[in-house]
Amino acid sequence: MKITFPHMGSIYIPGEAFLQELGHEVVVPPLATQRTLELGCKHAPEVACLPLKVMIGGFLEALALGADTVLMIGGTGPCRLGYYAEVQRQILEELGTGLDILVLEQPFENPRRITQDVRRLLNRKGIKALPRALRVAWEKLKACEALEETALAVRPRERHRGLARLALAEALGNLRQADTIRTIQRAVQDGQAALWEVADPHKEAMLHIAVVGEIYTVLEPFVNLQLEERLGQLGVEVIRTISVVQWVKDHVIKGSVGLYKTTRLERSAAGYLRGCIGGHGLETVARTNDLGKQGVDGVVQILPFTCMPEVVAQAILPAVSQDLDLPILSLVVDEHTGEAGFQTRLEAFVDLISRREGTCAHG
Amino acid sequence: MPMAKRGVYLGVDVGSVSTNLVLLDHETDDILAKLYLRTNGAPIHALAQGMRQLREAGEWDVFGVGATGSGRQLAAAIIGADVVKNEITAHAVAALKHNPQAATVIEIGGQDSKIILIRNGVVSDFAMNTICAAGTGSFLDQQAARLGISVQDFGDIALQSRNPVRIAGRCTVFAESDMIHKQQLGHSVADILAGLCQAMVRNYLSGVAKGKRIEPPVLFQGGVAANSGIRYALEAALGLEVEVPPYFDAMGAVGAAVLAKESRFSSAGSGTRFAGFAVGESLLSSTSWECSGCPNHCEIVQINRDGRPLACWGSRCANPMPRTAE
Repeated sequence: MKITFPHMGSIYIPGEAFLQELGHEVVVPPLATQRTLELGCKHAPEVACLPLKVMIGGFLEALALGADTVLMIGGTGPCRLGYYAEVQRQILEELGTGLDILVLEQPFENPRRITQDVRRLLNRKGIKALPRALRVAWEKLKACEALEETALAVRPRERHRGLARLALAEALGNLRQADTIRTIQRAVQDGQAALWEVADPHKEAMLHIAVVGEIYTVLEPFVNLQLEERLGQLGVEVIRTISVVQWVKDHVIKGSVGLYKTTRLERSAAGYLRGCIGGHGLETVARTNDLGKQGVDGVVQILPFTCMPEVVAQAILPAVSQDLDLPILSLVVDEHTGEAGFQTRLEAFVDLISRREGTCAHG
Repeated sequence: MPMAKRGVYLGVDVGSVSTNLVLLDHETDDILAKLYLRTNGAPIHALAQGMRQLREAGEWDVFGVGATGSGRQLAAAIIGADVVKNEITAHAVAALKHNPQAATVIEIGGQDSKIILIRNGVVSDFAMNTICAAGTGSFLDQQAARLGISVQDFGDIALQSRNPVRIAGRCTVFAESDMIHKQQLGHSVADILAGLCQAMVRNYLSGVAKGKRIEPPVLFQGGVAANSGIRYALEAALGLEVEVPPYFDAMGAVGAAVLAKESRFSSAGSGTRFAGFAVGESLLSSTSWECSGCPNHCEIVQINRDGRPLACWGSRCANPMPRTAE
C-alpha cells in the first residue's frame, strides 16, 4: 500500500511521519501549484468549494508518483468537507484511477467502516507501532506550529524581504528529516534560532492583525495566496487563530468521547451567534469579538467562495466591526481570484488601519 | 533668460483602460498638467508617451514621484517612483485634497469599481467589485460603440430620456441581450441608454456598495464620472447630491502626487528616485518567460531599458533568482 493524503499547510510533515511509523510507504503529493488547481478544477464539480478542487488535484499528482491509497478525514455536520471523502471516492473511481480511499472519522458515526479502515492502516506493524507513531506525529505537529508562529513574528521584522520564507522552509525541511523526539525538539530550537537570526532587532511590527476563517484556507498558503507572508511583508504581525493542535485536542480527543463543548465560544459570540453553524463559523465570530476586545488592530477573514458557515459569519462581522470600531476585511478566494486585486485590498486595509492610528507609513 | 524650473510632484496612475499623469505644484498644490492617455494594452508605451508630452509642456524640477493603479509596479520601475500605493488609498487622498469633508467616494473606472467610506478624514471602510466587471467603463464603451454613438455623448443622450426602460443589469451579457430586445421593440436610444444607466447604478449599489452607509458629501470619480447619465441616475437612487471633482478622471494620479509630497516631508533629505523625462526617449521593452526552476512555474517578467534589465518580478517561490529563459 502506497499511501497519500491531502495537503493543508505543513500538516504533511506529521502526517508523513505518522504513516511511516506505522510501516507504510508514503507518497506526499507535491506542494500545491497552479497545475494542481487546474487538474482539480477539471475533474471536480464547478460548484464545489476550492478545498475539494485542490485536494483532487493533489491526489492525481500523487497518483502519478505511484500512490494507490488515499487517507482522508470525514464527518457529519453543516460543512461540506465531511462528505468530501465520498465525493472524492466517486470522482477517483469514475476517472478509473484505482485509488482507494480510507476515511478517518469519529468512531460512532460508522463503526463498521472505521474499524475496517483502521485495520488496514494498522495491518503492517499492527497496534504495537501505534503509540510511538502517535507520539512522533503529535510532536511534529506541535513543532510545525511552533516554527510557523515564530515566522509570523519574524516576517514584519526581517532584514530583507524573503529571508524569513527561506529560513522557515529550511527549518521545516530539517524537522521533516528528524525521526526521534530529541531530534524533533532540536529541529524546533535550531529553526527558531535561525528564524530570529534574519530579524532586525531594531524593527518593530507596525500592526497586529488576526486572521480568522475557514481552516483550510487559513492554513494552506497556496490557496490563500500566501496571505500571512503578504501581511508580514507589509509590516504586520499576524495572529493566527486557527491551530491544528487545538483542533485535534477539541475535536479528535474530546470530540470522540463526546466531551467537546462550544460553551466558551458561544459565550464569546454572545449577541451575534447562538450556536455551532458548522466549519469554523462560530469560531470566526467568537474570536473576532474576543481579539477585538483585546485590542488587536484589525481582523482579516478568509473563506472559500460558497463556504456556507463562513458566509454566515461574514454577514455577522460588520455588526462586530461597528460595535467594537474594529476594521475587518473579508476575502473570498476561488480558482478565479486575481493576485493584483488581492494585494490591492490587503495594502489598502493596512493603510486604512495605520492611517487611523496615526502611524503613517508610506512607500 | 530661461524661465526658472517649477518644483513639482509627478503622480502616475496606470490603469486597465487609461494611463494618467499629473504634475502637482510644490508651492500651491495646484495641478499644473494633466494627461489622460488610453493604455490600449501597452502601458509601457503609454508611459513613455506621457513622459515625452510632459517634457514638452514646460520646464519641471521633479521633487518626487508617486505611482498607483494596477500597473503601479511597472510604472515605478520605469519612471522611478518614491511612493507606490494602492488605488484605494490614492483615490481617498485625492478626494480629501479636493474636499476635506468628503465622506463617500464612488469610483468607477475601466474595469473595476469601488466605494470608499471616509470618516473624520481617514478611510474607515472600502469595497471593490469582486467577481464581475459588470457596470464599469469598458462595458459602456462597448455599448456606445455598438449603438454607433461616441462614448462622450452617451450621458447627454441618456439625459434626454423621458421614459427610461428597465434593463436587466445583473450581468453584462444579459444586459446586452436585454438592450437588443428593447431596441427591437422600438424603444428610443435615449430611453435605452437611460435605462442602462439606472441598471448600472442598481448593480453598483447592490453589489459593490452593499451594506455600506453612504453619507454626504459624495464624490464621484473615475472615467465613468464623465457620464452625466450615470451621475444623474446615482443622484436619483441615493437621494443625495453627487459631486464630480474637476480632475475626476485622474484622481488616482492626483492622490499619488499628494502622497509623493507627503512622503518627501516625512523622510526629509532623501532625494527622489525619478529616472528623468528622458525615459520617454529610451528603448523600453519587456521580456517574459515561465520559470522552470520548480513546479510553481511562475511567470516572470523583466523590464529592460535600452537593453539593460530595470526590474524583474513574478516569482512566488523560495528561489531568490528565477531561472532565466532558455
